[in-house]
Amino acid sequence: MTKTTRHLLAGLLTSTMLTGAAFAAGTHPVTGEALAEDQTFTYRVLDEHSSVDPQVVEDVSGSEIVRDLFEGLLSQDEEGNLVPGVATGYTVSDDKMTYTFTLRDNAKWSNGEPVTAQDFVFAWQRAVDPELGSPYAWYMELTSVVNVAEILAGDKAPSELGVKAIDDLTLEVSLSTPLPYFPQMVTHATTFPAPQAVIEAHGDQWTRPENIVSNGAYVLTEHKPQERSVRERNAMYWDNDNTIIDKVVALVINDENVALTRYLAGELDRTEIPAGQFPRLQKEYPAEAISFPRLCNYYYTFNLTEDGPEAFQDVNVRRALSLAVDRSIITEKVLAGGQTEAFSFAPVSIANFTPPASEMADMSQKERDDLAKQLLAEAGYDSSNPLSFKMVYNTSEAHQKVAVAMSQMWKQKLGVQVEMANMEWKVFLEERGNQNFELARGAWCGDYNEASTFLDLLQSSSGYNDGKFASERLDELMASARTSDDTQPIYAEVEGIIATEVPVIPIYHYAGVYMMDSDVGNWPVNNVEQNWYSKNLYKIAK
Amino acid sequence: MLAYTLRRLGGAIPTILLLIIASFFLMHMAPGGPFTSERPLPPQVLANIEARYGLDQPLWKQLWDYLTNILLHFDFGPSFKFKDRDVNDIIAQGFPISLTYGFLSFLVCTIVGVSLGVAAAIKHNSWLDYFAVSLGIAAQALPNFIMGPILILTFTLWLGWLPGGGWNGGQWQYLIMPVIALSTSYIGSITRITRSSMLETLNSNFIRTAKAKGLSTRTVIWRHAMKPMLMPVVSYLGPVFVYVLTGSVFVDLYFSTGGLGQAYVGSALSRDYAVLLGVTILYGMLTVLVNLATDLAYAWLDPKIRY
Repeated sequence: MTKTTRHLLAGLLTSTMLTGAAFAAGTHPVTGEALAEDQTFTYRVLDEHSSVDPQVVEDVSGSEIVRDLFEGLLSQDEEGNLVPGVATGYTVSDDKMTYTFTLRDNAKWSNGEPVTAQDFVFAWQRAVDPELGSPYAWYMELTSVVNVAEILAGDKAPSELGVKAIDDLTLEVSLSTPLPYFPQMVTHATTFPAPQAVIEAHGDQWTRPENIVSNGAYVLTEHKPQERSVRERNAMYWDNDNTIIDKVVALVINDENVALTRYLAGELDRTEIPAGQFPRLQKEYPAEAISFPRLCNYYYTFNLTEDGPEAFQDVNVRRALSLAVDRSIITEKVLAGGQTEAFSFAPVSIANFTPPASEMADMSQKERDDLAKQLLAEAGYDSSNPLSFKMVYNTSEAHQKVAVAMSQMWKQKLGVQVEMANMEWKVFLEERGNQNFELARGAWCGDYNEASTFLDLLQSSSGYNDGKFASERLDELMASARTSDDTQPIYAEVEGIIATEVPVIPIYHYAGVYMMDSDVGNWPVNNVEQNWYSKNLYKIAK
Repeated sequence: MLAYTLRRLGGAIPTILLLIIASFFLMHMAPGGPFTSERPLPPQVLANIEARYGLDQPLWKQLWDYLTNILLHFDFGPSFKFKDRDVNDIIAQGFPISLTYGFLSFLVCTIVGVSLGVAAAIKHNSWLDYFAVSLGIAAQALPNFIMGPILILTFTLWLGWLPGGGWNGGQWQYLIMPVIALSTSYIGSITRITRSSMLETLNSNFIRTAKAKGLSTRTVIWRHAMKPMLMPVVSYLGPVFVYVLTGSVFVDLYFSTGGLGQAYVGSALSRDYAVLLGVTILYGMLTVLVNLATDLAYAWLDPKIRY
């Protein structure tokens, strides 16, 4: 079997040039900035994390901690590009179904044991083991590793998973279908290694600070649930000499306004800016209020089943409603945090795909409004027979503001009568998932930086396609994209279908809107997935 | 008195049982479950998880298992959200925190409220009376969710004296704001009740008699007026104690103390059934016990009540 070899350049890591001695001098070895005496990074999290078990964690704040505690095969740099993690590189077979990863020989667990290919095999088998019942087992299904579905269904044993340790430093992964973006997927926590002996010794409690053994740049040293968790430098980490931040503290602060106050009082290095406050803070603290694109979209979905309103079956009605939403008012006046108007479903910031310029994007809002009026009239709705429906969103001040703005636009421009309703999150999910809605809010953040993580959602078989949009052509295209080398034209056609059929109304693409202390160096604002690693940060002396 | 105590204790058990059963079914009636998520889990994965937590069993069986586990093993079950922790663990970690500043708040509002009320009544219609009354009314208009932001803005942002939240093992700097926020509005009510009760007592016949006997004001107040005056105050303090503990939900969330309130609200939103039920039972039992204690205190203060 001939193999194409692709090696990740270790040179990408500027850190290879660094030496431990440089820090003694108190300056950053690359940028030359003076480093602060106290290298502690303190940030706010909205909620207590669900777990720091890599195979179990399911929330963003937990994953942030896991990325510091554990290291996967590959990691991401500040731009979101792949860089070596435990693996120094990989080869892929011609049929793109077999990936072979070469592991570095100096990777160690925090107890001094070497990290081996077997640790990954154990972790991956564990992730799909019905006995563990991981809420992220579906992620393993997305990776297309051989036998995942059968193991989850209980038809095969976890040991039959398509992952093998050829020797201590060689890991072979077999896929059931070629997946061009497979390497991106191994930067995700679910695929990180797990210490078998520790897990067997401590069971569910292996992630407690007193028990945990991890292979990342940090170890968990303190955890006060609902209050704080602290991670500190792992002396056994292979690249410990080049790590600058000594200690990372995550403080749970449920109220975002309290978090902002505590930031302003100097207790935090980073916090989120509440909706609408960015312009004011940017004026007062120009060096600290930052905004950058995120890999998330925000949209409304039509219920296209029989349970939905009959009017929504008419594409003209859907188009009219989409056209009449002045997205610039929502991004600039309502949210005002650097969000971008959405005319495509996949965010424009996604890697390897540029959404095609849609007809709608090129029109002025006046032209859109005129066309919307015309389309709605053609569909048979006017002042004597006004269109009316109900829109629902999950309870949140920001969602409410957006919904009010949208319903006002429809009312003023098209005479549409909209009833708005908010629902508590779990109720909302249940109602939307059972097609018990007319028009519902939706949002998605990419699981990996590739357009299919968004476009897959509108496949007829997708579990997240709550409007039950069904397009055979779209399904075909998405299936073909999985094996294609050139996905741009395929995804462009998919966006074209979404633009003409309008199963959803894309509203805006998210921005990360933070207050970030100006002494925090190297925050990866260009990493749209916001996969950040504390080991790449540093604190500058004030 | 003993028979009375036992009778009241006996009545508490069915009350708590009823509370558990009602909460259990109400909780399961709420739409969505602990594993409802934005990306619906594949049916097989969901089935695996539900089997792991026994959620695939019929409801009556789940309730039965739950009750027997509590009674036989004092085990309130695992958390569905925090995979490495169980309910006993969550309560053991959060409750002492809520209890600490809850109890401190109770002490503060009782001592300050009763002193102000007594002082106001003794110096009736003096500047002290007006001061105590207006302070009481002002305090009552400042519930904890108003006091929280005022305190943080003043002491954290403006003066920079106190940390804006957290617990840090219960250091005093971290206790001040939660205690003030929680006790302020009760200080108002306690002052008002104490004052009117004291005035009423001071105007009653037996006090006039005591004064007529030539007893000093001090003796009249301490020996004769204090005990009857406390009756309405004590009946109010029982509920206040429970309010201070359960009302700490907001304070926990606002000051991120790591107390039980955060777990309580969080578990309701994430449908973490076991945690929600465990904390409900704890709060329910506290309410029943405190009410019992109030009744016993009442019986001690007024023998007529011992029926």
